[in-house]
Amino acid sequence: METSNPYFSPFVLPFVLGAIFLLGICVWKFVRWFKHFDRLQRAIIRKNLLSWKIIPALWEMFREGILHVRIWRKNLMLGYMHSSIALGWFMLILVGFIESHMTPASSHPFWMAIFYRFFITTHQTFPGAQVLTFIMELMLIYVLSGILLAVVKKIYSRILGMKKTTKHILIDRFAKAFLWLIFPLRLLSEVLAASRFQNGGFFTGFLGDLIPPSNEYFLLLSWTLYSCALCGFFVTLPFSRYMHIFSELLLIYFRKMGVREKSERTGYTMYELNACSRCGMCIDNCPLNKELGHNDVQSVYFLRNLRQKKSPIRVADDCLMCQRCASDCPVNIDLMAIRQQERNKHEMDTADNYGYLDTVQPFNAIGRVGYFGGCMSHLTPGVPEAMKAIFEAAGQKYWYMDEDRTMCCGRPLLQQGFNRQAADLRRKLTEMINKSKITMLITSCPICYQSFKKEYKLRIPVIHHTEYIAMLLKTGRIKVRKDDVRTVYHDPCELGRGCGIYKEPREVLKATTHLVKAKQEKEDSLCCGINLGDTLLDIDQQTLIRNAAFQNLMYKHPDQIATACPMCKKAFAHASEFPVKDIAEIVRENLK
Amino acid sequence: MSVNFGYSIAPTRAINYDNCDFSKLHELEQAVPSFKRCINCGACTATCSAQQFTSFNIRKIKTLCMDGQYESLGKELKKCMLCGKCTLVCPRGLALRPIIMTMRKIFVTK
Repeated sequence: METSNPYFSPFVLPFVLGAIFLLGICVWKFVRWFKHFDRLQRAIIRKNLLSWKIIPALWEMFREGILHVRIWRKNLMLGYMHSSIALGWFMLILVGFIESHMTPASSHPFWMAIFYRFFITTHQTFPGAQVLTFIMELMLIYVLSGILLAVVKKIYSRILGMKKTTKHILIDRFAKAFLWLIFPLRLLSEVLAASRFQNGGFFTGFLGDLIPPSNEYFLLLSWTLYSCALCGFFVTLPFSRYMHIFSELLLIYFRKMGVREKSERTGYTMYELNACSRCGMCIDNCPLNKELGHNDVQSVYFLRNLRQKKSPIRVADDCLMCQRCASDCPVNIDLMAIRQQERNKHEMDTADNYGYLDTVQPFNAIGRVGYFGGCMSHLTPGVPEAMKAIFEAAGQKYWYMDEDRTMCCGRPLLQQGFNRQAADLRRKLTEMINKSKITMLITSCPICYQSFKKEYKLRIPVIHHTEYIAMLLKTGRIKVRKDDVRTVYHDPCELGRGCGIYKEPREVLKATTHLVKAKQEKEDSLCCGINLGDTLLDIDQQTLIRNAAFQNLMYKHPDQIATACPMCKKAFAHASEFPVKDIAEIVRENLK
Repeated sequence: MSVNFGYSIAPTRAINYDNCDFSKLHELEQAVPSFKRCINCGACTATCSAQQFTSFNIRKIKTLCMDGQYESLGKELKKCMLCGKCTLVCPRGLALRPIIMTMRKIFVTK
């Protein structure tokens, strides 16, 4: 090498320019998004910027950004594939950096780590060099095996346990092609270098021995192509799905600081949109995809539409809001909140429409608990009846708030983006509850429960009736006997994934019946189809979704279905030949 | 000159279909085809949460809509709380929430 710097060759230029471009674009984007954080979010970050919260944040960045633990838990093969590329590449960069800086040299330009074997042609440069070489070779094999799996997944995804994979757009395909080229080209370059300089490790050295020593032209050509592949990847990265590599890390940091989504789009949403790697894990379990073949509304496509600044209203609306995708998302993006933001945009009218509710007279119920059945419980009269019997058995004075007529809690309106109307209903119900002076609010409908818990600002505790019954059983205020009817429990979306109530219903059922498992349950349970989130489906489509959920429950051939939501009960009642009961009804039957 | 006869004649309630604009009805029927299945049984109205407080009447809305009488619909539709009880009781399986949402889009003027 005749250049002034012994560690420079023209072929490093594409890599260096690409890296500078990537850095510039990323910094520009991240700063721009950060400027769009709202005041509260910024205050949170300022407060926690250098607090102890950094430690769990860094740990999660490493665990999810590099190791991909959540994907490992879902699916071993996918976990291996994703982590091999992330961890393997990270290690190649890290160990390469150490290696180049341990080498005694006049200067250590940053590209030296990437093109190390081209510039350092001897073996014994510093003590321990062989250990690092060994790690580098191992990591290269690790990454290559991951790329191989990715190619297999592209050809036949079922081998890796995915029925459908994301349909990618052109820029993503380009970026992926560059990514897939980088590592085979690196291998080729290092093998050619090893055959010429004898500086390979156990793997490249072995392969290098198999071929005759390469001439300088092939060697330069191969390293140039390697550099160009890196450049191509870096240039396409900020505009493709691979932007998730950096966005995800920052997202995890902000999330750990305590930043959350707002009701409209902020800079934080931009981090979330870009943190989606379009892995497609949200597609397979989406009921709309599986049962109805709506294959362009899943969260991956929804987020991509938003990133490309085109969002057909139909895509935002065509969603059950069952949150199944959110439980599958390995990045834990707040998918429901983002969809809600889009729905909030098509608010239509602003007038106060519910003046007629003023006729409701406040009721004085000091010292009693309030029971709110919800609209749907009027269609399943057995549920409020059972609750009345349980209140009486426990000697609890109660006030059945909506015995004659029900005000809606406002959540169905909220989900369709009618925020002001929902706020009207909330104000009226809050007034009614505050004036009645009840000590606790018990609801039978998980939709109302989530609404009261998250959207209302009530000063009294709000619990679902399954929690209440579990509490009564624990404190011994009611006594039940155990029958041996094989019962399966259906987790309602709003109660389970929505509010995280999985334990209490199961405790109650274990005390009263013989509980058997469903095929997919808890976070992975399926929506019954009548969910109020979607206003585009008709009854036939809902029935298809319900049938799938029903089949899921039939896994262990139970004799009875238990649920904790009047709507789920209504849904399954039409599908099932044997009884579908609410937990309250089962408890009432088994009261001692 | 008006003469007071001690009684008056109510304006006619006959609807001249020739003067009616059915384009909005067709728009609705196209958006939600199940609308055509309705048999006017009134189960939706009987169970309606809003109807328990006020004179909101889905069946009447449907009838007005079929007759091309759209004037009062916007005001009426705003009373719906979207709770979805009507969808569960409908014996003909109409997608009532989609119908109400589409009607809101078509008839509720800003």
